[in-house]
Amino acid sequence: MTVETAIGPVAAAQPAPVDTRAASLRAIYIIWYRDILRYWRDRWRLVASLAQPLLFLVVFGSGLSSSLGGAFGRGTGISYIQFMYPGIIGMSILFSAIFGAMSIVWDREFGFLKEVLVAPIDRWAVAIGKALGGTTQAMIQGLILLVLAPFVGVNLNLLTVLELIPLAAILAFGLASFGVAIASMMKSLQGFQVVMNFLMMPMFFLSGALFPLTNLPGWMTLLTRLDPASYGIDPIRRVVLSNSGVRNVDSLGLTINGHVLPVSLEAGIMLAFGAVLLGIAVVMFQRRD
Amino acid sequence: MIEAKGLVKKYGDLEAVAGIDLEVYGGEIFGFLGPNGAGKSTTISMLCTLLTPTAGIARVAGIDVVRDPAAVRQRIGLVFQDPSLDDQLTARENLEFHAFVYSVPAPDRRRRIDEMLNLLQLADRASSAVKTFSGGMKRRLEIARGMLHQPQVLFLDEPTIGLDPQTRKSIWTHLNELRDTKGVTIFMTTHYMDEAEYCDRIAIIDRGKIVALGTPDELKAMVGGDVVTITSTAPGAAAKEIEDMLGVKPARDNGTLRMEVPDGKAFVPRLVRELSAPVDTVTLRRPSLDDVFLKLTGRAIRDEEVSARDRNRAMASRWMGRRR
Repeated sequence: MTVETAIGPVAAAQPAPVDTRAASLRAIYIIWYRDILRYWRDRWRLVASLAQPLLFLVVFGSGLSSSLGGAFGRGTGISYIQFMYPGIIGMSILFSAIFGAMSIVWDREFGFLKEVLVAPIDRWAVAIGKALGGTTQAMIQGLILLVLAPFVGVNLNLLTVLELIPLAAILAFGLASFGVAIASMMKSLQGFQVVMNFLMMPMFFLSGALFPLTNLPGWMTLLTRLDPASYGIDPIRRVVLSNSGVRNVDSLGLTINGHVLPVSLEAGIMLAFGAVLLGIAVVMFQRRD
Repeated sequence: MIEAKGLVKKYGDLEAVAGIDLEVYGGEIFGFLGPNGAGKSTTISMLCTLLTPTAGIARVAGIDVVRDPAAVRQRIGLVFQDPSLDDQLTARENLEFHAFVYSVPAPDRRRRIDEMLNLLQLADRASSAVKTFSGGMKRRLEIARGMLHQPQVLFLDEPTIGLDPQTRKSIWTHLNELRDTKGVTIFMTTHYMDEAEYCDRIAIIDRGKIVALGTPDELKAMVGGDVVTITSTAPGAAAKEIEDMLGVKPARDNGTLRMEVPDGKAFVPRLVRELSAPVDTVTLRRPSLDDVFLKLTGRAIRDEEVSARDRNRAMASRWMGRRR
C-alpha cells in the first residue's frame, strides 16, 4: 500500500520548507493589498460613499444649524454644523470600516474566501489582513472629508491634521475589527441587513456624532458610554475643533461620572476594543468550516 | 501519491463516504466517477484537508491529511466545483494573490505566472478583469492558479461542469499537457461518463463506496462483450422470444430492450432473423462506462446537469467516430 509506483514523468520536486511566520506576514500584506486595489478600482463606490456624509452635512447640518441658531454652542461659541462636522467624519469611518470588513461575507458568497482559507497560511493572518484592509479604506474615507473644513467654518493646520491621522486610524481599526468579527460569524448576505439595523445605526446614533453626550437621560448616558464609537469620535472632534476659536474645547468631551476623559485614554479604550474584537475574529476564523 | 484507507465521513446518521480504500500513483490522471450525491465531493474534500474524516487515514504526497494539513496544502493545487476567482481583479492579479499566499519565492513569481498564463493560453487576456472572462477561460485561469505553486497533486472537483463540449475538450487537452510537462498527478471527480474515458484509471463510486476501480478498458471488460439495444412496439413478447430462442435475458426499460452479448456482430443478424415480434430499431455498440455503472449498480447515472440533447450529441459523436 505504501509503495509508490511512478508511472509517467517523475513528480515535481519537494517544495522547500516554508517559514510560516514570514508566509503569514506576506499573506496579511496581499490580503490588505487586494482590498486597497479593489477600493481604488471601484470609483463609483468611492463617490457613492461620499454622498451620504455630504447629505448629512449639507442638508441635515445646515437645517439644524439655522434652526438652533446661537442656542447650540453652550458657551463654546461653535455652531451646530461645526459641532457635527467631526461627527460626520466619524460616521464615514464607522460605516466604511464595517462595510469594508463585511466584504468577507461577499467573498464567501462569491467563492473567493475559499481560495484564501485553503491556502497554507495561518487563519489569523486572514483576519488581520482583512481588518487592516478595512482600517485603511475607512481612514481614507474619513480623512477625505477634511477637505470640506473651510466650507463649514473649521480651521485646520498641519499639526491638527497630523494628530488626526492616528486618531482616525484607531477608530477605523476598532470598527473594522468589529466588522471582521461579525462577518466571521455570518454565513450569508442575509444577515447583513440585520447587522446594519441592529448594530451599525445604534452605534452611530449613540456615538455623539450628531449631538453632545452631555445632559442626556440616564439610560441614554449609559448606552452612549457603552458605545465604543463614542471613544473614537470624541477625540477626533476635540482635535478638529481645537484650532477654530472654540472656547474650552474639552468641555465638549466625553465624561464619565462628570470627569472629562483625556484623549489618550479614549484612544487607548478604542485600541483595546479593536484588539479584543480582532482576537474574537481570529478565534472565529480558526474554527474549521 | 495519494493513499486512503477506510476513509469514512458521517454527517449525523448519514454516511456520505462509507469506507474508501484507494491508491493513486504519481503522474497519473485518476478519475473519480459517480452520480451526484455519491460522495465524490466529500472524498475529495477530505483528501484536500478541507473536511476532517470521521474515520480512516489518508496520505497525500506521503503526508497525513489530518496530522499536517498545512504541509499537504502546500503540495496540492485545488480547482473547486464553484468559481473562486476575484472577478474585480485581472487574471494576473488573481495569480499574484495566489503566489503570495502560497509563498512562491519572489524571484520566481513573475516567471511562473507568465509560464502558466502561456500554458493555459490566457497571456493575451492577462490584464483583463476576470468578470469579462467566459466560463472556460475562468476554469483555465483556476487551473493555472492551482498549478502556480508547483503542486505534486492537482485536485479538480467537476472541472468541466457547465461548460460546452468544445471547451470541455480543451480543458482536457490542457490537463494532459500539464501532466506530461509538469509531471503532476491529477485527481478529478466527474459525473460525465464520456470524460472519464480520458483518465488513466477510474474509481466508480456509488452511495459512498467504491464499486469498481481500474483502467477504462478494464472496467468496460466487466461488461460481457457488446451492448445490443432494440426498440419494439411489443417489448414483452420480444423479450420472451429473445430469452427462449437466443438464451440472453434482456433488461427492459419501457419499449427498449438492452442486452450484453459476447459477439455483437454475429448476434444481430441472428436476432433479426429469428425474432417474430416487431423490431423498430437495432443498435450495436461497444460498452461504455455508462453500461459499467448500470451493470454494477442496476441504475443509470442520472445527471441533471446534462440536457438530453447534450447526451444525444455525445452519443451521436461516439457513433460517428466508430463508423468512420
